[in-house]
Order: sequence, then C-alpha cells, then structure tokens
Amino acid sequence: MAVLLEKSFPVEAGAYTTAGEASTTIKRTLKQLGISAEVLRHVSVACYEVELNLVIHSLGGTLTLLVDPEKVTLISRDVGPGIPDIDKAMTEGFSTANEEARTLGFGAGMGLPNMKRNATEFDIQSEVGVGTTITMSFALQ
Amino acid sequence: MTVKELTELIGAEDMTPEADGNTEVTCGYTCDLLSWVMAHGAAGMAWITVQTHMNVIAVASLMEMAVVIIPEGIQMEEPSLEKAREEGIHVLQSEKTAFEICAILSRNGLAGK
Repeated sequence: MAVLLEKSFPVEAGAYTTAGEASTTIKRTLKQLGISAEVLRHVSVACYEVELNLVIHSLGGTLTLLVDPEKVTLISRDVGPGIPDIDKAMTEGFSTANEEARTLGFGAGMGLPNMKRNATEFDIQSEVGVGTTITMSFALQ
Repeated sequence: MTVKELTELIGAEDMTPEADGNTEVTCGYTCDLLSWVMAHGAAGMAWITVQTHMNVIAVASLMEMAVVIIPEGIQMEEPSLEKAREEGIHVLQSEKTAFEICAILSRNGLAGK
C-alpha cells in the first residue's frame, strides 16, 4: 500500500519533561490529514504510552509514524535493554518502572495492555541485550 | 456545564483565563496515576489530580479533556502552566479537597465517566 506519509521522532531515555512531545506532534499531523476523532484518540493514547515506555524503560529509541490510505502505523524501535519475559510485561499491573517514574504517576503496569487495547493490530518483538520493537496499526475504516 | 460554570461552582482560581471558558465539560474523574488516567480518561473530562508536572498537560491534551483541577491549594509549576496555555488546556486551582470538588460537581449534575 502506498505510503502517504512517513516521519520519525527520536525519543531520549529518561527525558521525562519532554515526554509526550512526539505524541503531540503526531496527533497534530494526523489531525491535519483529517483522520477521524475516534481513530485519533486511539492513536494518541497508544502513541503516548509507547513514547513513555521509551523514556522510562529504554536506552533510547525512535518512534516512526506511517500513514497509508487504509491505516496509521506506529513503530517504536529501541536500542535495549530488551524485555526478558514478554508475557509478564503484557500483564496488567506488572511494572518494572523506577522510583522516578512512579513518583510522576507512571508505572501502574497499564502501558502495554493499553496499547494493545487501542491498536487494531499489535506486535511486540524483543531480545535482551539488543532491543524491543513494537508495531501497532490503526485501521482508518 | 461549561468550564466557566464549573469554575464558579467550586470557587476555583482560573490559571489559564485565556482558554475558552465555554468549553463543555462532559464528565468528572479523579486519579493521580497517570498510567491509569491514560486508560480511563475521556474527551471533555474534568480531571482532578494532585500531580502538577508537565506530563499532566500532555495527558489532558492527548485525551482532549476539558479541564484539569488541582485541589487542596497545591500550585501547578509555571512550566506546566505555560504548556497548558500553549495547548489550550484549562487549569484550575482550588483550596477544596478532591472529595469536596467531586461532591459539588456531582450535586450539580456532572456525571462520572
């Protein structure tokens, strides 16, 4: 399917104060494209969750937005540390967030399940010592 | 009710008077776990929280909430307020507790989510 738009956003590890900037830009971009309010909301929630995960858990990574006539796709790629047990990480309430993240009100163990709930398709691949890739798509119809 | 009506009802201080006071409030919610709010928030919501950092504004903006209410005389820090003004998000500060604010809003017909 022809890609109408592709944009990448670097996300820095531990950058709590700027967390959400990539998501806000992505939301604004999609709004300009005339994406429906409902799809926009699902993308926004999932996008913010994955951006926060990059800030809280990763050693840094990139968030990529792809738009084609049928769907919006978000791909999060990081450079580690990788997730040892994906099933456990996907369990609601399970979190390995540090004290700083918890003080800010994150780390409730809702992130990954919330992404899965909001995306039409959700895929997570991870290798310890290598990194994690999360691919989410959101149907436009 | 509108944000302006809500502000008067709870006697709060409007920290973002430039935002549109006629924004409609559709429901109320209180929670300080941002991850939880991301899962349960809604558009048009009045959200009461003691959290005052920038991520509060990011959550409120992404979820298209109507207003963030900071209870118990807690002050939101200036960078967060600046961000709120940029994003057009209302922020109110109140001396009342979250419980008291919820009670007033509920008595005046505002539903939970």
